[in-house]
Formats: sequence, C-alpha cells, structure tokens
Amino acid sequence: METLEPNLADLVALAAAEFTAATEPAKLEEAKARYLGKDGSLTALLKGLGKLPAEERKQAGAAINKARDQVESALVARREALREATLQAQLAAEALDVTLPGRGSRPGGIHPVTRTLDRIEQLFRSIGFEVAEGPEIETDWHNFTALNTPEKHPARSMHDTFYLLDAGGKVQDDVLLRTHTSPVQIRTLLAHVEKYKHLDTLPEVRVICPGRVYRVDSDATHSPMFHQVEGLWVGENVSFADLRGVVADFLRRFFESEDLKVRFRPSFFPFTEPSAEIDVAFMSGPLEGRWLEIAGCGMVHPNVMRCGGIDPERYTGFAFGMGPDRLTMLRYGINDLRLFYEGDLRFLSQFN
Amino acid sequence: MQFSESWLRSLCNPALDTDQLCHVLTMAGLEVEESRRVAAPFEHVVVARIVACEKHPDADRLRLCQVDVGTAEPLQIVCGAPNAAAGLVIPCALVGARLPGIEIRKASVRGIESSGMLCSARELGIAEDSDGLLELPADAPVGMNIREFLDLDDHLITLKLTPNRADCLSLAGLAREVSALTGAVLHLPVVAPVAPAHDDSRAVMLDAPAACSRYCGRLITGVDAAAPTPDWIRQRLDRVGIRSISAIVDVTNYVMMELGQPLHAFDNARLQGTIHVRHPHAGEELLLLNGQTVVPAADTVLIADESRALALGGVMGGENSGVTDATRDVFLESAFFAPEAIAGKARALGFSSDASYRFERGVDPGLQQTAIERATALIIEICGGSPGPVVAAISEPHLPRRAPVRLRTARAAKIIGVDLGHEKIGQLLTGLGFAPRRDGDDFIVTPPSYRFDIEIEEDLVEELVRIHGYDNIPSHPPVGRMAMMALPETRRTAMTLRRALAGRGFQETINFSFVEAGWEADFAGNTSPVTLANPIASQMGVMRSSLIGSLVNVLVTNRKRQQELVRAFEIGRVFSRDDAGHPVPGFTQPQRLAVLAAGPVAPEQWGQGTRSVDFFDLKADLEALFPPGTLSFVRTAHPALHPGRSALVQSAGGVLGIIGELHPRWALKYELGVAPVVFELDLAPLMNEPMPACREISRFPSVARDLALIVDHALPWQDLASALREAAPPIVTAIELFDVYAGKGIAEGRKSLAFKVVMQDTRRTLEDAEVENVVAAMLAAAEARFGAELRR
Repeated sequence: METLEPNLADLVALAAAEFTAATEPAKLEEAKARYLGKDGSLTALLKGLGKLPAEERKQAGAAINKARDQVESALVARREALREATLQAQLAAEALDVTLPGRGSRPGGIHPVTRTLDRIEQLFRSIGFEVAEGPEIETDWHNFTALNTPEKHPARSMHDTFYLLDAGGKVQDDVLLRTHTSPVQIRTLLAHVEKYKHLDTLPEVRVICPGRVYRVDSDATHSPMFHQVEGLWVGENVSFADLRGVVADFLRRFFESEDLKVRFRPSFFPFTEPSAEIDVAFMSGPLEGRWLEIAGCGMVHPNVMRCGGIDPERYTGFAFGMGPDRLTMLRYGINDLRLFYEGDLRFLSQFN
Repeated sequence: MQFSESWLRSLCNPALDTDQLCHVLTMAGLEVEESRRVAAPFEHVVVARIVACEKHPDADRLRLCQVDVGTAEPLQIVCGAPNAAAGLVIPCALVGARLPGIEIRKASVRGIESSGMLCSARELGIAEDSDGLLELPADAPVGMNIREFLDLDDHLITLKLTPNRADCLSLAGLAREVSALTGAVLHLPVVAPVAPAHDDSRAVMLDAPAACSRYCGRLITGVDAAAPTPDWIRQRLDRVGIRSISAIVDVTNYVMMELGQPLHAFDNARLQGTIHVRHPHAGEELLLLNGQTVVPAADTVLIADESRALALGGVMGGENSGVTDATRDVFLESAFFAPEAIAGKARALGFSSDASYRFERGVDPGLQQTAIERATALIIEICGGSPGPVVAAISEPHLPRRAPVRLRTARAAKIIGVDLGHEKIGQLLTGLGFAPRRDGDDFIVTPPSYRFDIEIEEDLVEELVRIHGYDNIPSHPPVGRMAMMALPETRRTAMTLRRALAGRGFQETINFSFVEAGWEADFAGNTSPVTLANPIASQMGVMRSSLIGSLVNVLVTNRKRQQELVRAFEIGRVFSRDDAGHPVPGFTQPQRLAVLAAGPVAPEQWGQGTRSVDFFDLKADLEALFPPGTLSFVRTAHPALHPGRSALVQSAGGVLGIIGELHPRWALKYELGVAPVVFELDLAPLMNEPMPACREISRFPSVARDLALIVDHALPWQDLASALREAAPPIVTAIELFDVYAGKGIAEGRKSLAFKVVMQDTRRTLEDAEVENVVAAMLAAAEARFGAELRR
C-alpha cells in the first residue's frame, strides 16, 4: 500500500505527459487507450483490486479512481486544446483579404433636376402646398390668352413658342408646346372653383406646378426643353408682403444659407401685377456677391383671376415661377445646361 | 435700348454717379444690362492741328508732320496715315500716353525723331476700324483733352426694357422716370411751333382709322438734303446705336430717340396727290427700304398716295419714296399707329425696325404734333428750307381714351400687405407726374398720355410699390389655415418609383420630348407622329409617342463614351393625336415609365463570372415594381422588339405596357452590339398599391413535394402554372418553378418543368396520404389540360 500511491502519482504524470505529446486526436486516443483502455494500466490496476485484502481494497480503490479522474481530466483538457488548435488552424486558413471590394451590382440614381424638384416639392409641402400637373401640349388659350397675353401682345415674343402641324400639314394655331408652367394656374383655379362651388368662401389655393416647358432656344444656358416650377397662393388675404416672405424663405431653405441675400426688382409679366424678378446673391463660394436672377413673381393679375373663375375684388393671390434647372446648376456648380439632357451616365451618376 | 448717359443727364441730372444711377434704374424695373465707358481710360491725348506736312525723306509712305498741340513749340511727329495733311485737326497722343495696346514714347522713325502719335478712331478705342486719322472739326480747341472734347467719359448704358415700359424707349421718357425716382429736375427740350412760311401741303385721308387715328404731315420745300449732319447729332445717334445716313433721316431718328415718336420723311417729288392711310389691296406689292419686296397681309397699314403704296405704316419706309441727297421738298410724317395694328407685322416679315418696335409696344398718342415741330425746326436749322402748315388728319373716336383710374387706399393695402397711408400715396403719385385728385379715401388719377400703360387700379398699385421700393415692403411669413394633406396610403408618388428603380441599379435620365421622326417609325411603328411646325433642328422634329427611342439614344451616347453597362430609365409624357383626348382636345399625352438595360448583368468584378443582361433579369426588375403575382405576360409583336422575345404586360385591369429585347434589326442599325432589353409602362396604374392585408401564419410543419412535368415545348409556363394553381386546394401555399429542361432524356419538341409544391395547413399537421392526393390531383389536371407526363 505504501508503494501504490507514489506509483499512481507517477502514472498520472506520465499519462499527462503522453497526452501533451500527442499533437493529433488519433495519437491522443492511442495514449488514452494505454491508460484508460481495456488493457490500459489504470484499468489493470482497477481489475487488480479484487486481489487485495478487503481492508486495503477500499482505500486503494479510492486512490485509483482519483488517479483515473485526474487522467480523464487531463485527457479532456488535451482534447479541448487539440480541438481549439484545429479550429485556430482552420480559421487561419479561412482568413479573407477583407480589403477586396464588395461584390454585386452598381446602384443607380435620380436625375439632378429631379432631386431639385423633389426638394422644392418637399419645402412647399411643408407649408401646405399641393402639387399639380398639367399637359405639355397646351391650348393657346391656357398658355397665353387666359394669362392676360392676348394674341399679338408683345410679351408673346418673349416666348419663342413651338407650334404643331395639324394632320393636314398646316400650322395649328390653337395649340402649342407650353412655354411655361403658368397655364397650370388657370387649370387649377378653374378646377378649384368647380370643386367648391357649393361653398360661400373658397378654401385657399396653394399649389406648386412642376414640369417640362419648351422654347425655341438652344445654347449653354438655354435648352429647347427645360423645367419650371410655378407656385400659386390665392385667398382672401394674400399680399405682396406674403409673397416676399414665402419666396425669400424658400430660397434660404433651398440653398441652406441663412445669409443668402434676396432682392425683389420690378419687372413685367402679363399675368401678374405688381411683378418682380427675384435676384439672389451668395455670401461665399465662386459666385460670391453677384446678383443672379432666379425667379419671376407677382400678384396674380385681375384678368387672370377672372379667367380662373375667381372674383379679384374678394380674393387676391400671388404666383411665382422659377427654373429648377438653374437652381440645380447653382447648387451643384454645373456650368452647361445641356448636360442635363444628354444622358451621359458619367455626369448623371454624380448626384446620387 | 442703349442710351448715352450724358444725353440723359442733359435732360435730368440726378446727384448720383454712374453706378448709382444704374442701380436706381435696375431697382425701378429698368434693368441695366450693361454699362460701359465710350472709350477705355487713357490720358495725354489732346486736340491738335497739323501745321505742316512733308514726305519723310527716307520712306515713301510716311509723312513728317509739325503738330500744334497748344504748347509754345510744335511737335515733330512721323505719321503713316494717308489722310494726314496740313490744316487737319486731329487727336494727338503725347509722349507718355497709354492707349489701348500702345504706349507712346519718343522714338526715331527711319532716322527722324517723332514725339507722339496722331490717332485714328480705332486707336482711341472708339471704333472697330477706321481709315486714317480721326478728323475733328476745324474749330476744335487745340490743346484740349480729347476725352473732354469728344465726351469720351460718357457711358453707354443698355437697358433690358420690359414690354410695358415703351414710354422709356426715348431719352425724354427715361429722363421723366429718373426725375420721378430721384426728384432731380427735369429739363425737357422746349418745342415751339414753327410758323408756316407758305400754304403748300398735301391732303391726308385716314382710310383705316382704327389702325391710324392721327396722322400729321408737313411739307418743307427747298431743303438742302445733302447738308452734313452736325457732329452733335451724329455723336448722339452713334451712342444710341444708330448709324448716320443723311441729315434728314438723322433728324427723324434723333427726334425718335429724343421724344419717342418714330417719323418718316418722304421725297415730295415722288408723291402723287392725297396721302391715304389704308389697308392693302389684294396682292399689292411694296419694295421696302431694306430691299425686300413684300405682299403685306390684309390687316397691314399702308401709307399710299393716289397711285401706289409708299410705305409700311409704322414699320418701314418704301425704297421708291424716301428722301435722297437730291431731294428738294420733304414731306414729313408723324403718325400714331395703334399697337394692335403694328404688333407682329415686322416679325411676320422676318425683321424688326425701331419704328415697329415702338409702335407695337405703344407710342404716346399725344406726341405727334410736338415731334413734327421739333423735327421741322431741326431740318430747317441744318438743311434750310421753308415749312408749310402741319396737316393733321385725326379720327377722334379712334384715339385712345384716357379714362380716369380710381385708386382705393384699402385696396392698395390689401394687395401690398401694408398700408402706405394717404400722404405717402399722394406723394408717390405726384412724383410720377400723375396729378392725383383726392376723393375721400380714394385717389382719382388721369395718367398723362405718355404713360399709356396705366389703365387699371393695379397699374397704379404697381407704380406705388415700384417708386416706394420693392425692398421697402416687409416680408411676411406665410399665415394660412393648416390642414393635413397626406397622400392615401395606397397611392405612391413618381418619386417612390424613381427611388425603387435607382435602388435596382437604374439611372434616371431626362430626354427631349421631340425626337427624330426615324425613332418614331423604328421604335413605335408610328409614321404619322405629332409634328412640330418650327423644330429647332430636323432631328428634333416630332413629338415622341414612346420613350424607347430616347433610351436607345441614351445607350448610343454612352456606348460612344465607352460605357458598357447601361441601366437607364425615364418618366415622361408621350404624345399622339386622339380626338377623345383630354384635357387638351385632339391629343392624348399620358405619362410613361420606360427602362432599358444593356451590357453585362453586373459590373465586371472579381470572383464572379459575367454574362449579358437578359429578358428575365429585366423582367425581375419590372415585377419588383408590382405586388407579387399580379402580372401576366402574353407574347406579342411590337415594332421595337424581337418578335420571339417580347410580351404585353398585363394586370387584372388590362394592358400596362410591353417588355422585350430590342429587335436585332435595330441593334444592328443603331450599332448597339448585343440587343438591350427594355420595358415601357403607363405610369398611372403604377401609382396605386394595394392596402397590405394580414394572413394567418401556420405553426404546423410544411410539406414539400417535387413535381416534374414533361409538356409540349411551346406551352407557356404561365398557363401550366395557372392550371396547377386551379387544381390545388388551399393547403397548397406555393408552386415554385425550380427547373426548366429540354434535351437528352426528353423527347424532341417537349420540355420538362419542375415545380416544388409546398403544402401547409394552419390548423393541423398534414398526413402523407392527403399530400399524395393533392400532388396526384395536380398531375391529373396537367395531364388532362396539356397532355403532361410525369418525369421520373
């Protein structure tokens, strides 16, 4: 008995050393068999217990079991270590060049002028303007006559108008490609009056009308097709001072510049009176200090109100029109309007 | 309208410098487009006289001049100008002068010392070119600074006048405006009637009184039409951009620029009998001053005598009746033509004239008599001659009426947004020369005849704000009734759609609505498109009825710029004739969405093979825009598309559009390489989305069975899938196609379609027998409908 326990301790140490020496699971299992297997040394000791006298058997059994537990723990620890080593090796082998570019398709994008139109719409929606659209082949009446621009009015020569040929090949004089979005004012007013004819007081009209317009003109700053946004606010108490407030606020929000200078300058449009041109001047950047013409506006002319079915004595209103193409050019520093309509994806995809 | 600042200042001279004056004009609605000095800044150039002029001893073309520049000793200057001669008064640049591009130094020219340079107009920078030295009047003060003598510090100011301010198309009109804006005193020329020296005249008949309601004529006999135009008139005309022609024509132009009344001078010897202001006879021709022979429209105004048409009234004189240097007797015309009668006439003939420009915008109807007196006085001063009486033919009922306009202060306050107060309004109106009369809270204004643009109350309100200053009106933040105005949940905007497409790799483009007629024929089969009467170029001659041509063009553009992968879309209107069209009768112009995909399915990249994008790639992009399972596709023929690879896109509501591969014929013609895939849909149906509805999710296991069916090769999947769906009980939750196969093991003319049929019940676990029965029923339906066999 005196010799058993030191022998067991040697055995445990030996087993632990053999386990550690096993660098592969198979070798470890072989080593395990030598101690814990059917013919293993510890198994043999346990089998030999029966030969011991009864009084020693209990003590020796406890000692052998303890030694077996120690060997088993060493085995488990070694197995765990080997698994971990295998995993580490696998992970090392699986490592990627994480700097390689991601795979997949390229994103598309939205046209820069559409971006501007969307911003304009959102800004005006936030103060209760709805969006209205109108036809691009428009009647002469809506485009000119109803906007206080009768035939032969000199203001008609300010718009170089595209006309159409009728089916017989003759110039059709009652329709045209709209030269501005202002005819949508008339369509909106007429529809509004019809919709609310049962009421004593018309609800306010607050709309913006974005869209494509056409003029016979083509160079770096003029395109035969371009965009406009018309705005219209009609109500019982809408004044020139309100016009100034709304448009100046819009321009500052649009350009995100509180110190943007905005000035109103008398001008002439047949469909508004008083009429104004709106100029802005930036306080920094490449255009610093220069006055840039940005929009036209004014109080809706009483003749236009009447054509829209509205009593100009009771209701007043203001209208403004601006060029989103130009706003886009100013905002992103684009110097040639034609780029918008050439469809060069390298240009267009810069605004995404 | 270009004018000279000094001419303006001779009529009204506010205490403002040039820049300030320009700012005041701009901020009053007379926008200054350009302001430039007559001559670039230079110094040390004086008026000089050539006292002696000899040939240079060593150069044939050079001359040796002794030049008096007002100093004690004359200067010796070598000069190459052909017109250098003794006695000539010319500008002389002294040593030290810096002219545009030249610095004058003492120099030796072919061995002879030269101390200055005699100058041409071009060298002073006041003319584009010139032949020889600028000859000054013989009495020009020698030694005087040339800038002062020629008024070279004058500014040429160009205004961008709006059509309503025709009253400012003259110096007098501008001076009135400047006086109203600044309070500076107005000194308009005093025009005294010229007493007739004889009774000879010519009768005038107003045969078209609505078009011409006042015509003043005057005969001036015995003029010297060849007399030179005085330098001061010549210079002023030059500075408003009018070329000097002859003394009499120059006077008419001068009076037009000074007072605003266009005049015309006839050679009386070429007139016969009474002058008729009338409309043309049918087919009547007239040779104009510009050499153009015209057949004027029926509503044109002609000035005619008893035998023929002489001039296009208010537009341009005739070639065979105007004054020449040989003219002895002049018949002067000063008439009022109604704007409506002149508007568009010159434009219709392809030109514009100073007269038509003014008459179509409006001329002061009270100005004719004054103008003819002013012109008479100047002609007699310059050309001599003897004036007859002024003959004035007037049609009172057709003269413009000047009705008084009532301005209500409350109305003004309502429009402007602030009350300017009676006192201020009175001051502003008085400053404008409107002589307002108070009537209670109102002002009654009869505007002067030169402000023919003032007709209604709003015109007066505009004048008030204009003179008060637009920027002196406060800015009010908007005040209105608030109402929520969100879109219905089932409504989507075009912007949502754009974002969805952008998210799938497509770039939005915006293309012209007018296209080449050929695109319409090729991509829409449209040989009678809506055609422009005045296209900007022939390749932009017709309105598109499809967006496909524009997107193909985007592809062509990008291919030229070496872009292989092209994914583009556009949302825009298309146009065609339609008798039932709305809202513009005769035309339908709906919005469409078109999408094009060309090139590789994805950008070339590592770790992934590549292939061309195809029909089914784009079909997935299309289907992604709609709720699942709502679309069906029917093979179709379309002029733009491959006949075997094109389909109508349908929903329960009808046809939405088309999808397909571009026809190989067009891929070849437009040099596109592999044909792109496109679809084009009406936009309106895309704007509606279904309201989401919730279904119960099963907690019981699902069962899947594969079902591979061999069918006729031509059978569309869609038909088989619908038949399977119809045969399937509600527990079948999905019938997914996972394989399409034809070839070895499948008979010629047949194909195999393999489906995964998924079954699940929300209440219980399915039993095997039940599952097998379902599969058998689906197979039986396919056998019965399409002769399908089970592939084993």
